Amino acid sequence: MTSVGTVASKDSTTAPRARRRRSDALSGRLRTVGMYMLSIAIGVGVWQLVAMRYGSALVASPAQTLVAAKDLAADGTLLNSVIASSRRILIGWGLGLVVGVPIGLLMGRLTVIRQLLDPYIEFFRFIPPVAFVTLAVVWLGIGEASKVVLIFYTSVFIVTLNTIAGVLSINESKLRAATSLGASRWQILRFIVLPATVPHIVTGARLAMGNSFLTIVSAEIVAAQVGLGALIWTSRNYGRIDWVFVGIITLGILGFVFDRILRVVASRVLRRYGVKL
Amino acid sequence: MTTEIDRESARGATTTIDGVGIRFGSYHAVDAISLDIEAGEFLCLLGPSGCGKSTLLSALAGFTPATVGAISVDDEPVAGPSPERGMVFQNSDALFDWLTVRQNVAFGPRMRGQSRKAQAALADEYLGLVGLRKFADKFPDQLSGGMRQRVQIARVLANRPRIVLMDEPFGALDAQTRQVMQQEMDRIWRESGCTVVFVTHDIGEAIILADRIAVMTAGPAASIKNIYSVDLPRPRDETSPEAIALHQKLRQDIGHEVRTALREQGLATEEDGR
Ligand SMILES: Nc1ncnc2c1ncn2[C@@H]1O[C@H](COP(=O)(O)OP(=O)(O)O)[C@@H](O)[C@H]1O
Ligand SMILES: [Mg+2]
Repeated sequence: MTSVGTVASKDSTTAPRARRRRSDALSGRLRTVGMYMLSIAIGVGVWQLVAMRYGSALVASPAQTLVAAKDLAADGTLLNSVIASSRRILIGWGLGLVVGVPIGLLMGRLTVIRQLLDPYIEFFRFIPPVAFVTLAVVWLGIGEASKVVLIFYTSVFIVTLNTIAGVLSINESKLRAATSLGASRWQILRFIVLPATVPHIVTGARLAMGNSFLTIVSAEIVAAQVGLGALIWTSRNYGRIDWVFVGIITLGILGFVFDRILRVVASRVLRRYGVKL
Repeated sequence: MTTEIDRESARGATTTIDGVGIRFGSYHAVDAISLDIEAGEFLCLLGPSGCGKSTLLSALAGFTPATVGAISVDDEPVAGPSPERGMVFQNSDALFDWLTVRQNVAFGPRMRGQSRKAQAALADEYLGLVGLRKFADKFPDQLSGGMRQRVQIARVLANRPRIVLMDEPFGALDAQTRQVMQQEMDRIWRESGCTVVFVTHDIGEAIILADRIAVMTAGPAASIKNIYSVDLPRPRDETSPEAIALHQKLRQDIGHEVRTALREQGLATEEDGR
């Protein structure tokens, strides 16, 4: 290329390069989606083989599961189950956040509170929610409260622990700067500690959401009329393996959708706090 | 209210350091330092790394209590951090990443409950002073290292402190940016009329900026070795004969301290000095 060409080449090559980069990104995304589809197709294939090998008394085939899902959807059972379980998860998880974040902030900031509460956190975080199912029903009855409390229980510790970790990782010079700019202890908590901890809180919220899905089935063991967990438990009594499969798959898809929504909303709304998901 | 910077309120007060010694447990960091800082003065604390410059500055800010002795600003004893004594940190991690540049600078006035209008006016006034008005709505991570330090300076000045404490604020910048920032600092100081205590281990930086340079001895038990008045016209030329002569003298002073420190650690011998 001649020396005259170098000036012109700047403009003439950047546009196609940018276009190429964009099309690279697009084909990258298509590739990812393609791999997902392939992975799911293989999974369904394996499932089909296993179902053929062991028979429908033990494993419902993909087709049987689809038919069962249509039946359950037609009479409204599926939608009602999804709504009932989602409601319990969102309320319990929300309460876990509302309680866990302030406790975590206080424990992170005040050594006295941390020392007073630490033994309980360290004790209860090793006891799974299913261990409390009986007590929850005895104390709170067979209504919604017992289920919501179990979801709350499984959420609150993980949110608290992540919040504490966030508070303890705040750069000391930020806190010093705020103090010497005239912020009171309360103002530092509100205007420095809370915003600086947001990324850790979001991580805690996501983990708590996962825990909530793990817990909802145990929470609905006893005396739940509706809910995905209840569907799974009662189907066993009717010997409907296909319904059990519908319940499990719906639970997985629902969890995936909830996590996706949480990620998208958090990274949009909380972007300025450094949340990147 | 005018956008003119109010020199009187910014100029502030005399600071008295009276026999201040600081210990961390059994480690004797700073020993019996006495020093008066005049209102409107630019004082540089110059000394080898690890001698106790940051420790002394942190005592002035009120973050670290003096083990013995006392510090007072305008006869008011220093008993803890206060907006009267603003601190510019070496690392721009001290900025609040979730706030815009303007919100960072307005932070002090906001904490004091000033009206939104007053906050914005103060922020814009000092952003103008440090040359960042155009970047007011950016976030700190969208700025270069030098610009982030300008934000820190504006944030402290917007509080109209009696004294501004700066701990190697340009130490993490590249050489070119550092040079620009030193010239800018000189201008900002002259325009705002604030009192500055500026910590550095860079001799040239001290010569460009300081009214007086306090050279510290190597730790442990660091004290003030010598105080030099720099009576050169501003903005200063580092290559003027007077500046070069002063540079030489300071280098000898500091070199002596560094050798003493190394010898104490058993890392050097008498011969190294010759
Ligand atoms: N919080 C602390 N605890 C114990 N030792 C400290 C503490 N802060 C500083 N020191 C010690 O005091 C000495 C002086 O430190 P510093 O003031 O940071 O030096 P400089 O800023 O001059 O490089 C160093 O030896 C350092 O290790
Ligand atoms: Mg230091």
